[in-house]
Amino acid sequence: MSILINKDTRVITQGMTGKVGQFHTQQCKAYANGANCFVAGVNPKKAGEQFEGIPVYATVRDAKQATGATVSVIYVPPSGAAAAIDEAVEADLDLVICITEGIPVHDMLRTRYKMSHPGITTFSESNNALAKGRIQGKRTLLIGPNCPGLITPDEIKIGIMPGHIHKKGHIGVVSRSGTLTYEAVGQLTALGYGQSSCVGIGGDPINGLKHLDVMKLFNDDPETDAVIMVGEIGGSDEEECARWIKANMKKPVVGFIAGVTAPPGKRMGHAGAIISGGQGGANEKLAVMEECGIHITRNPAEMGRTMQRILGSGK
Amino acid sequence: MKVHEYQGKEILREFGVPTPHGVACFSVGEAVAAAQQLGGKVWVVKAQIHAGGRGKGGGVKVAKSPDEVRQYAGQILGVHLVTHQTGPDGQVVRRLLIEEGAQIVKEFYIGMVVDRGAQRVALLASSEGGMEIEEVARHTPEKIRTVHIDPLTGLTAAEAVRVARDIGIPDAASAEAVAVLQGLYRAFVEKDAMLAEINPLVLTADNRVLALDAKFNFDSNALYRHPEIVALRDLDEEDPAEIEASKFDLSYISLDGDIGCLVNGAGLAMATMDIIKLYGGSPANFLDVGGGANKEKVTEAFKLMLKNPHLKAILVNIFGGIMKCDVIAEGVVAAAREVSLNVPLVVRLEGTNVELGKKILAESGLPIISGNDMADAAQKVVAAAKG
Repeated sequence: MSILINKDTRVITQGMTGKVGQFHTQQCKAYANGANCFVAGVNPKKAGEQFEGIPVYATVRDAKQATGATVSVIYVPPSGAAAAIDEAVEADLDLVICITEGIPVHDMLRTRYKMSHPGITTFSESNNALAKGRIQGKRTLLIGPNCPGLITPDEIKIGIMPGHIHKKGHIGVVSRSGTLTYEAVGQLTALGYGQSSCVGIGGDPINGLKHLDVMKLFNDDPETDAVIMVGEIGGSDEEECARWIKANMKKPVVGFIAGVTAPPGKRMGHAGAIISGGQGGANEKLAVMEECGIHITRNPAEMGRTMQRILGSGK
Repeated sequence: MKVHEYQGKEILREFGVPTPHGVACFSVGEAVAAAQQLGGKVWVVKAQIHAGGRGKGGGVKVAKSPDEVRQYAGQILGVHLVTHQTGPDGQVVRRLLIEEGAQIVKEFYIGMVVDRGAQRVALLASSEGGMEIEEVARHTPEKIRTVHIDPLTGLTAAEAVRVARDIGIPDAASAEAVAVLQGLYRAFVEKDAMLAEINPLVLTADNRVLALDAKFNFDSNALYRHPEIVALRDLDEEDPAEIEASKFDLSYISLDGDIGCLVNGAGLAMATMDIIKLYGGSPANFLDVGGGANKEKVTEAFKLMLKNPHLKAILVNIFGGIMKCDVIAEGVVAAAREVSLNVPLVVRLEGTNVELGKKILAESGLPIISGNDMADAAQKVVAAAKG
């Protein structure tokens, strides 16, 4: 078992025929069961052609009908990427993974709006009411954008992470960063701990699944024994997830937050900090996580060993 | 991307938000001529820099005669204006805004932000204008009114009327306040802003509503479709190192420490800064070379770091995924030769082709210190910087 994807998942690649899409499609196809998993590409101008033996269709809907695929991965350039997500959602796929970095925020706001339930209260003084309403109304789940993708080791890799650093096992990894996720995975693998699934949820302010959503999946996955959660400055998703963990999580969680030394206000317009009640700093996040029983480390080189201490050696 | 107040006000006017009449000036002579052209008896001389807190820093003066305009313009132009947002060195004032004075009855705050939790645009409004909204949020959060806006309908007139009433704008000025709120929302969405603030928004003696300040921050990912915003960019307001970095598609932010960092990926770059601090050192910069780094990019990154006079050591921390360690190693060796490196260099490589990468470094004959893992590399670079 694993979360979200496994060796039987069938994948459509949107933006497969571009330079980036071609390279990563080759890599994904070469990993584990990839040759059977990556069954379709989409490009309205190249319908009927093939790349690496994978047929190209005009639309996501066509590709889904022809192949039965239920998941798509997007490498479309930023200006067209939000529309690519919309198309996958309208085709009623189960899961869309958007790798693309640099999508305008207002494009993502519109895309997320289309995905959300109608009938969310829009004139509300309570931020919490809306946060709770952040249910993905359409059936389709979104991971990313601006993320490395996700992998279930020895079964399937959808995205741009290096497959060879992973090892099949029972630790779940969820992270907002790309290479920092690899760092966590690399440390686990070096210590002999394999991973059930590793999910990069992406670094953009407006995105799909949050730490909390992925944590719930890991909690319910019988093959996952423990989770490493990697966050960074900005927003309050990690805090929200931490509070849920305190009340519900049955498995140990190790946490790290990047950006203790990041200068305030350099990236985020500071009025953004008001909304989350002055949160967003790494120290504030770490304090909440610790309070909620997460095994935090302030040293990014200690993520794997912190997990080892908790689980005990000999695994 | 930020713009000046006078540019922000031009955008506001385009969307029907009234502002005082004003003229942007680059010299004392222009300032005096602007005052005469505007007429009236009172003018405000305002320093135009991208940082906030200009009033407290002495960059905003009320002049009661053209002579006073001349005097204040002379005092402010060319000065290193220090505010809580500029850092200790301040920012040189190169532009002024000369504006007609307004008879202020009351000050308010309105702002638009992207609320990542709600995944909506949020309007923030407060009766407490003219002071920092962060302070209001800290001490009297109940005085901030928040409205999440439905992208399908935009900010409706009914919502805007309620907000105006709630923050204490009198009914006589309600129609104009609605136009201001809706105009600000439209400007925010149509110009792809991440932040838009009017602080203060003022009520005048004749029940008019005016934007006395304008602050915008635009989404850099959307600038490709806004050449009119790109045209407003003022390079004098940006860190020269960051401008240089952006030419080579490097993500660089100057910090005040002495250990340069060259890393792939933003999260790992931040974590590298953190671990340097953890072991008692201080990072000189944030530098993400991105996923597609090649020899040229690595060389430019070294040149950037070496321009910093405080630099005492460099840490290269690469987790090679798609990027191969041997390619990075070749880049590091070539860069170190080209720039005649004069500070200790610690390199930590992990991931794809790591053995080949380490071999290239070892055989280069350069005095490169090898870090076995992130902790080892950080400890070595901190020791080298203290060396």
